[in-house]
Amino acid sequence: MNDFGVIVVGGGHAGCEAATASARMGVPTALITHRFDTIGEMSCNPAIGGLGKGHLVREVDALDGLMGRVADRAGIQFRVLNRRKGPAVRGPRAQADRKLYKAAMQSAISEQDHLVVIEAEVDDLVVEEGAVRGVVLLEGRHLFARSVVLTTGTFLRGLIHRGEESFPAGRAGEKPALGLSLRLEALGLPLGRLKTGTPARLDGGSIDFSQLEAQPGDDVPEPFSQLTSAISTPQVACHITRTLPLTHSIIEKNIHRSAMYSGRIESKGPRYCPSIEDKIVRFSDRDSHQVFLEPEGLDDDTIYPNGLSTSLPEDVQLAFLRTMPGLEQVEIRRPGYAIEYDYVDPRGLTHGLELRALPGLFLAGQINGTTGYEEAAAQGLLAGANAAQRANGGSPLHLSRTDSYTGVMVDDLVTRGVSEPYRMFTSRAEFRLHLRADNADQRLTDLGSEWGLVGEERQALFAARSEALARGRTLLAESVATPNEAHAFGIAVNSDGKRRSAADLLSYPDAEPEKIISLFPALAAIEPRIFEQLMVDARYAVYLDRQQADIDAVRRDEGRAIPDTFDYQVLPGLSAELKAKLSEARPQTLAQAQRLEGVTPAAILLILAALKREIAFRKAS
Amino acid sequence: MSFRSLIDPATSEVLDQGLVVHFAGPNSFTGEDCAELQVHGSRAVVNSLLQALTYVDGVRLATAGEFTRRAFENGKLDLIEVDALGDLIAADTEGQRAQAMARLSGGITRKIDGWRDHIIGLMAEVEAQLDFSDEGDVGAFASSALNDGLAQLGTSLREGLSSYAYGRIVKDGFRVGLGGLPNAGKSSLLNRLAQSEIAIVTEEAGTTRDLREVAIDLDGQLVLLVDSAGIRDTESKAEAEGVRRALEMLEDADLVLWLKAPDIEEDQSCPVSGPHVVEIQSKADIRGEAGPFAISATSGEGIPVLLALIRARIAERRDAGGDLSISHLRDQRALSACLVELERAGSNMNELELVAECLRRAVLELERLVGRVDAEQVLDQLFAGFCIGK
Repeated sequence: MNDFGVIVVGGGHAGCEAATASARMGVPTALITHRFDTIGEMSCNPAIGGLGKGHLVREVDALDGLMGRVADRAGIQFRVLNRRKGPAVRGPRAQADRKLYKAAMQSAISEQDHLVVIEAEVDDLVVEEGAVRGVVLLEGRHLFARSVVLTTGTFLRGLIHRGEESFPAGRAGEKPALGLSLRLEALGLPLGRLKTGTPARLDGGSIDFSQLEAQPGDDVPEPFSQLTSAISTPQVACHITRTLPLTHSIIEKNIHRSAMYSGRIESKGPRYCPSIEDKIVRFSDRDSHQVFLEPEGLDDDTIYPNGLSTSLPEDVQLAFLRTMPGLEQVEIRRPGYAIEYDYVDPRGLTHGLELRALPGLFLAGQINGTTGYEEAAAQGLLAGANAAQRANGGSPLHLSRTDSYTGVMVDDLVTRGVSEPYRMFTSRAEFRLHLRADNADQRLTDLGSEWGLVGEERQALFAARSEALARGRTLLAESVATPNEAHAFGIAVNSDGKRRSAADLLSYPDAEPEKIISLFPALAAIEPRIFEQLMVDARYAVYLDRQQADIDAVRRDEGRAIPDTFDYQVLPGLSAELKAKLSEARPQTLAQAQRLEGVTPAAILLILAALKREIAFRKAS
Repeated sequence: MSFRSLIDPATSEVLDQGLVVHFAGPNSFTGEDCAELQVHGSRAVVNSLLQALTYVDGVRLATAGEFTRRAFENGKLDLIEVDALGDLIAADTEGQRAQAMARLSGGITRKIDGWRDHIIGLMAEVEAQLDFSDEGDVGAFASSALNDGLAQLGTSLREGLSSYAYGRIVKDGFRVGLGGLPNAGKSSLLNRLAQSEIAIVTEEAGTTRDLREVAIDLDGQLVLLVDSAGIRDTESKAEAEGVRRALEMLEDADLVLWLKAPDIEEDQSCPVSGPHVVEIQSKADIRGEAGPFAISATSGEGIPVLLALIRARIAERRDAGGDLSISHLRDQRALSACLVELERAGSNMNELELVAECLRRAVLELERLVGRVDAEQVLDQLFAGFCIGK
C-alpha cells in the first residue's frame, strides 16, 4: 500500500519544482523537508536568471513550473543581460528579495493540489526487490511511494570550511544529511566530492554607497513568466565597488589561513565562480577585481558582495573588506565559507534523471554535480515529471539537446559527467540561435501539455500567442514591396527590381523596424512582444535553416534506442577500450553514444549494424 | 539507363560521356533514389566530375560508410547481409584506423590542430563576451584582434589549399602524358620507361586507341605514364573519341612528352601548348636528330636525360607547393568550407553570436577530418585565459 505516488526529499529549488511538477500531473505527492519555513530559501546569491540561466528559467516557465512566476513576484532589480548583443544570447536576470521569494514559493507550494508537505528528516531509503519503495524518516516511520526524488543539495555529508575551522553542516545553520550519504554509498553508487563557496553577508547600514557607482535595473522590467503581465514590486539599484592592491596584499599574506589553500579542501570548485583567493593567486597580474553589492531585500539592508566568495578566517575577511571603497566601516553579518559535499556521478542516471542502478530513485540538483538555482529547478521539474510518469506507469519523458537548454544540461551530465560544479552557459548549446529565451514556450509548452504538466491558464495563453505568431508570420510574408517603394521610406535595398517581403527586409542586419512598419502600416497591428519574436526569427532565418539539418540529424540518432540488454562485448571490430567504455556508460540512444569521448564514427556504424540485427532477431522469434 | 554527355553546370563544359543509371527507390542498394554515373576511369575525369558535383547545391561527398548506413536505416539489408557486413565493417575499421594513424603521424593533423586551436582561441574570446559580459573582469572586446586572427587564418588556409596540387601528385601520382602522331614511338617509349611489355606495340598506325596508364616508382615518387592514341584526323568514330580523350589528357597532364619522329612527313606540331609540354626527338637510332631530348627507345639513348627531366619537374612542384599533407579531395573540400565560414564570420562582426556560430561551423568542417569539437574545449580555453566569476 502506497502512501504517495511520489515522495520528494528536499525543499530547495529542485525539490519545489519536482514536487509541483509531479502534483500537476495529478499524482499524490509528498514534499519532505526539515522545516516548511526554509522552503524557497536562496542559500547563495539573491538573484535568479542570467546568461544561460535565464534561458533555463524561461524553460521551467514554459513547462508551467514555479521559478519564473515566483521570481517575478520577488524581483527588485530586473535586467536583461547582453541587451546590446544578439537576441539568442540575451538572458533575463533579477535580484530577488529573499523574503518575498520564500513567501511566494511557499504560497505556491501550499496552493498546489495533490501536494502535501511533511516536516521531517529522511534518514534512509526503503529498497525492495532492487527498486526504491519509499523513505525511512529519522523518527523511524516508513513512507511508501512508487518513486522517490532526492534533491538534497549540499546536505550530503556537507562540511563547511572557514579559515582553520571546519564543521559538518548542510548550509549555514542547518544540519547535514549523513544517513542518506551512507545509504547511497552502500548501494555502490559512485560518489564524488565537490566544493563551492559563498561570500560574507554585509550590514548595508555600515556601507557608504554615496561614493559608489549605482547600477539600476531596466527602465521597464521584463518578467520571466509568460503568466506575468507586469512587475509590481518596487525596483532598487545594485552598487559596484572593487578590490584594491591593499586588498590583494592582505589576502596574499593570509593565504595559508584559507581553507582552500591550506590543503584542507581537496575537492574541485568551479572555475567560473572562483573564490577571491583563487582570483588573486591565478590572476596575479590584475590589481583590481569588480565586486557587485547586491541588496538581499526591500526591508532587509543585508548586502551580498558578489565576487568575494572566500574561505579565509573571519578576521581576515573583515580586514580585506575594509580596504575597499565604500566598505571602510563595513560590518559583517555572517562570514563567508566554503562547503564540501557529496554528489552522485550523474553518468549513472538515465535522461529521465532516474538512477539506473536503483529504479524508482530520481536525483535532481546539486546532488548531480550542478551548481545554481536555475540548473537545480530545471532538473527538479524533469525529475518530478518522470517520477510521476513512473508512478502512473507511463514511459520516460525526455528533453533533447535540440529543444532546450535543459536537454543540453541533462545530456551533458548523463553522457559526460562532471569534473567541477556544472553551470549552464549559452556556449554549451550548439543550437544556441534556435534555443532562445524569447521562444522557450514555442519550444516546450506543447510538449509540456502533452505530458500533463501545463495548466489551463497557460495552455490558453500559449494557444493565443501561437496564433498571433502565425498570423504575424503570414502578414510578414505577404507584405511585399519593390525597391522603389522601399526607398521611398528610407529603406536601403539594391535597385534590382526584386520584390521583397517584410520578413526579407527584417532579415538585414541593419533593418529598421520603424521604417518597415511605416512602409507596411498593417504590421502596426502586431502586438509588440509578438513582433519582437518575429523580428528575431527573420534576422536569424538563414542560420536557423542551416542549423535545422544538424538538428534533424541529432533527432534521428536520438530516436534510435540502444536497449539496456545490448551486449557490446560480442561486437566484432570494436576495440576493447571502446567495449569497456560503452558497457560502462550504457548510452540509451545512438546520439548519446556519439557524444561519449573517443567513440569513432566507425564504432557508431558497428553499433547501428548490431542494433539492426537485434531488431531482426526479435522479429524472427 | 542512358548514354549521356556529362556537363559541368558552372562552365557548361562537357566533362565526359558515359552511362547514367537511375536506381529508383525502394529497390536500390540504399532504398533511396540513386543515380550512378559510369564514366571513363581516369583520375582526371573522376576528379573533374567530383569537383563539378560538389559545387551543385545540396550535393556533397558521402561520409565514411554513409551508403551502408543509409542502407541499414532503410531496412535494405537482411540478417545474413548484416552479418557479412559486420565483418566488412570490422575490416573497414582496421583500414580506417591504419589510414587515420598514417595521417595522424603526418602533417595534416598537426596543421589542422593548429588551425583548430587558433579558431578555438578566437571562439573563447567571443564566448567570453557572450557568456560573461556581465562580469566586470572580462576585458573590453578587441574586434581588431579578432579581425587580425581571421585574416591570418584565411591566409594560412589558402596556402594549405594551394599545396593541395602537390599533395595530390604525391598521393595520386605525377602524370606524364605521352603524345605525338601515330607511329611517333609513344608506346615504345612507354615500354622502355616501364621496362616491361605493357602497351601493345605494333607498326600499324592507330592501334593504341585507349589511354594506358603505367605506374612507375621514381625515387619513391609515384609517376603515371599515360600513353594516348596517336593524334590525327580520323574517319573512325571510335578513333575520334580516342583522339578527343588523348587531347584532354594532354591538357591535364603534369608533364607532356610530345614525340616527333624523323620518319613522319606530316606536320608534327603539338596541339596543346604550355610550359608543361616538352618536345622529344624520338627514334634517334634511325637518324641522329639534333635537340636537347633526342632519344631512342631501342638503344636506350637519352632515356636518363628524360628521367632527369621528370625528376626536375616533380621537384619544381614540390618547391612551389611544399606540403604533401593536403592530398585528398575531402581535405580540400573541408578547408574550402572552413574558409567560407571564416569569411562569413568576418562579415558579421557586429553580431558576435553569429561570429560564434560561423566559428563553430568552421571548426566542425576541420573536425570532420580528424575528430570532433567539444564545447568543453572552448570553455577550457576561456577559463584558462580570463578571470571570470563574481
